[in-house]
Amino acid sequence: MSLLSYFFGNKPKTASVAKERLSLIIAHERGGNRAPDFLPDLQRELIAVISKYVNVGPDDIKVQLEKQGNCEILEVNITLPDQQQPK
Amino acid sequence: MARVIVITSGKGGVGKTTTSASISTGLALRGFKTAVIDFDVGLRNLDLIMGCERRVVYDLINVVNGEANLHQALIKDKHCENLFILPASQTRDKDALTEEGVEKVLKELEHMAFDYVICDSPAGIERGAVMALTFADEAIVVSNPEVSSVRDSDRILGILQSKSRRAMEGREPVKEHLLVTRYSPKRVEEGEMLSYKDVQELLRVPLIGVIPESDDVLQASNQGTPAIHLKDSDVAAAYQDVIARFLDEDRPLRFVTYEKPGILKRLFGGK
Repeated sequence: MSLLSYFFGNKPKTASVAKERLSLIIAHERGGNRAPDFLPDLQRELIAVISKYVNVGPDDIKVQLEKQGNCEILEVNITLPDQQQPK
Repeated sequence: MARVIVITSGKGGVGKTTTSASISTGLALRGFKTAVIDFDVGLRNLDLIMGCERRVVYDLINVVNGEANLHQALIKDKHCENLFILPASQTRDKDALTEEGVEKVLKELEHMAFDYVICDSPAGIERGAVMALTFADEAIVVSNPEVSSVRDSDRILGILQSKSRRAMEGREPVKEHLLVTRYSPKRVEEGEMLSYKDVQELLRVPLIGVIPESDDVLQASNQGTPAIHLKDSDVAAAYQDVIARFLDEDRPLRFVTYEKPGILKRLFGGK
């Protein structure tokens, strides 16, 4: 591979590497500012719904929005109490 | 109404002060009464670039603190009739610059019938930089075609959109312009440098101009003459174009394509 690229001289252009890296980091940093808008509400309502059935506190539910490339991942993490007591 | 324009970038050394000097000079040459304010408290340099360092008596902080009035502190430019410079203080007290103080100075400039107030922002995202952009109506974001500069420009755009008065009060947002400086068409051609289109695509701000990389900028700062005054210089012509576009005149981009030097030029050298 390296021999081939040596002969054909298709050395990677660093400008395109820079552009790709920048578009990722800028999207990530912008996304970080936008995400929290609806998350607190979502978290509150999830707690309300889930605590109807399971005894969970406000700290037992974590909601996070992550961005990987063009893909956004909404991660909801619910920690159930050790002993489930149906209400 | 005095229009307040901040020249900002986040990163240092990209050409904010050079741009502030040339933009303010360019507007004054077009007949607008223009003031240019150095917000870099503690590290003043605009006075050197404008060539008025020996005439500084009072500064921005003196005016804010009421130790001098604006008439005493404003320095009349030696080249242009309509241009006045308000230098930064060399104090090390970063808290000397207050929002109320800056607002008072800007109001007073408005009463003095200034058309444009150019705010030369310091690097970083600290107090001085935020103060420079707080009252802006328009922003010229200066960026080099280079990763750290572009990222920092994006950060400062975020701050403009959240901390400026216009944003805080929910008014029409600050009008943003992108100025790409230190541009080398040759290196772009060879794939070594981000193109101005790349930078614009990344930052998503309308382009107001491209300033080519040039030895002339150092020549200008050596002499304390804003680069826009230089004769037969691409940099000066590029800044003239920026002024024209700022005033809604149509100008095609220049100095963005690389022309291979002809055989004669290669043999005999030349500029």
